[in-house]
Amino acid sequence: MTLKLRDLTLLDDGFESGHGLCAGCSESVIVRQVLLALANEPVVALATGCLEVSSTRFPDTAWKVPLIHSAFENAATSASGIEAAYKALVRKGRMAERPMTFVVFGGDGATYDIGFQWLSGALERGHKFMYICLNNEGYMNTGIQRSGATMLGAWTTTTPAGDLVPGKPQWRKDMTGIVASHGVPYVAQAAVHHWKDLMTKVRTAEKAEGPAFLNVFAPCDRGWRYEPEDTMAISRLAVETALWPLYEVDDGKYKLNGPRHKTRPIIDYLESQGRFRHLLKDKEPGVIEEIQANVDREWNRLRERCGLEPEVTPETTEAAVSAD
Amino acid sequence: MVDTRERPVSDDAVEAAPSTAIAVNGGEAIAYALKQIEPEVVAAYPITPQTLIIEKFAEYCADGVVRTEYINVESEHAALSACVGASAAGARAITATAGPGLALMFEMLGVTSGMRLPIVMHLCTRALSAPLNILGDHSDAMAMRETGWVMLSGSSPQEAYDLALVAQTVAEHPDVMLPCANLVDGFMVTHAVERVDVLPDDVVRDYVGEYEPETSLLAEGSTATYGALDFRDYYFEHRRQQEAALYASQPVVEASLKRFGEISGRHHQILEPYRMDDAEVVLVFMGSAEGQAHAAVDAARAAGVKAGALRIRLLRPFPVDAIAEALSGARVVGVMDRAIGFGSAVNPLLADIKSALWSRTDRPLMKGFVYGLGGRVVTLGQLNQALGELVSAFESGEESTTTTYLGLREDPESAEVSS
Repeated sequence: MTLKLRDLTLLDDGFESGHGLCAGCSESVIVRQVLLALANEPVVALATGCLEVSSTRFPDTAWKVPLIHSAFENAATSASGIEAAYKALVRKGRMAERPMTFVVFGGDGATYDIGFQWLSGALERGHKFMYICLNNEGYMNTGIQRSGATMLGAWTTTTPAGDLVPGKPQWRKDMTGIVASHGVPYVAQAAVHHWKDLMTKVRTAEKAEGPAFLNVFAPCDRGWRYEPEDTMAISRLAVETALWPLYEVDDGKYKLNGPRHKTRPIIDYLESQGRFRHLLKDKEPGVIEEIQANVDREWNRLRERCGLEPEVTPETTEAAVSAD
Repeated sequence: MVDTRERPVSDDAVEAAPSTAIAVNGGEAIAYALKQIEPEVVAAYPITPQTLIIEKFAEYCADGVVRTEYINVESEHAALSACVGASAAGARAITATAGPGLALMFEMLGVTSGMRLPIVMHLCTRALSAPLNILGDHSDAMAMRETGWVMLSGSSPQEAYDLALVAQTVAEHPDVMLPCANLVDGFMVTHAVERVDVLPDDVVRDYVGEYEPETSLLAEGSTATYGALDFRDYYFEHRRQQEAALYASQPVVEASLKRFGEISGRHHQILEPYRMDDAEVVLVFMGSAEGQAHAAVDAARAAGVKAGALRIRLLRPFPVDAIAEALSGARVVGVMDRAIGFGSAVNPLLADIKSALWSRTDRPLMKGFVYGLGGRVVTLGQLNQALGELVSAFESGEESTTTTYLGLREDPESAEVSS
């Protein structure tokens, strides 16, 4: 089926309203896009996090599909067990074969940090499952603490902007690249604002003969300090500044899916969120330069992997983010 | 290695199924049980002394003897996590581990029992670090006692096999639906080659049946949620339900053991009494020290002491009434702990026994012993010493509140350890 908004509007997506996620949260939007894109019957495994606590509070649930939450770090392993159970039950003739997709939703804490080993093990073993990282660059559920996905200079409650240390001192982990290095069939970066790109990637991921990993950019208005209505604009800015390029690694081949050119400098992105306010008060101009250098380095490395020439950073634009 | 001659295994063999005798160690005996159970999923991580089980089972998988999905996970935490996913998906899921592996699993022990998933674990009991020690004691099992699992304990490769089958039927019983651990003493049982009488495959299949859960993630049209968030409005009630189910498992264990006796001729009970009928001086213990304990009792009996021994086969739920009944004639009870309950009022098994007997007006004198830590060899001399101390208490009528450490090199005055 082609992806048309008119058709999608009529579909039942398996995730009810009435959950407790914040206004402006990316996560329910991504979940609905993923569930809508699936052709097969889903079984969902959740890591502990905002999505889980906001959607499965007994005796209520927002989910109309089978779901398991086991612990913080092991959602990929839940999927391993479910997939193994499916194979064995079919093999023993105890259930009929039917098209099913085992989907994991985990935050960046569950993916980059505490659950890294569990994910890596499941990827290496080659279970057929789809892992969706809801990447909001921090431990938002426990009150906005830094993670391995939080970017350099960002304020969080465990990397406060102090007189000595201006926010998070380290850059971030290239988790998408790390997963791609496992040699799994399909790896991609997507973002909440680009529904068609994300849903197309989910459909490709569903057809993969093995693990598929989608790292989905998921701005968090509470944690990033911006107005709830700006979520999609900020997601778009991250792509335009090449902080979060949209790309896929399909059977080892890198391909850019989003803009081929970087159209904005990172300062435009930093200005859109309160978590970087301390950097903009001229306290730490060096940090902004370092962030830009990191973005440029990663962007050009990605372009090289995609067979494209390197690109320099454009000058600061006047575009006001909130008016986007 | 396999002796295919059919032979009677006990006086009840007329009714019981014909067994086959094989010579295997405890680990292989469990692997043999797993082969016969043929669960949908086994997930495990290698750790001494458990590796014997999963290496043997991996051979069964590689040879196509079983249709099990065997997940070679990257850690013990993942082993139990994968079993949780598989079990919630409606599969029979089994794991095995030891000491530090169990410690790494700790978070998942409570997740498993809290989700009421009937996973079976074969725990090859091993000392906990530090210092690093790969040998057997009960430090791991004792640390697991309050995580909501049914816990069975055997003393031999034969029992390791038998209880592997019993554990399956207990865990999956509709009145229980809780995980069940089969405790097997590391090295003393896992690596001891003995004759094990195994039942025919069809008899085992009939005994353990298939796991047919009420709900599962993979059931057609399922909207089941496993592992929801409970707040102050429901958590308390769910924990209480879980506790009630664990206590309710005792009669299920007894019935499963009884049914196992009928098919095998091996009539295990939740407690294993030895010369207890008129015993006044009793050693209580768990696990593989059975041979030494029985020999010490025999020696004391020969010297005119009314001695007996009581082995704990069901550690959780702790069979309080059965223990009070079994020890009703005892005047002095010595409890053998193969673990230290650091900083506790008394060591773990003694604490349970004292609690079980507390409401009795004619409580026996009680005395604690610690033995065999980190694989320290358990000798007949140690058990004789223990019984000797109990006899002294019997004669003097005085209860000793100090712990006696059997086989420890220590100056009892200064508590300094000698090399």
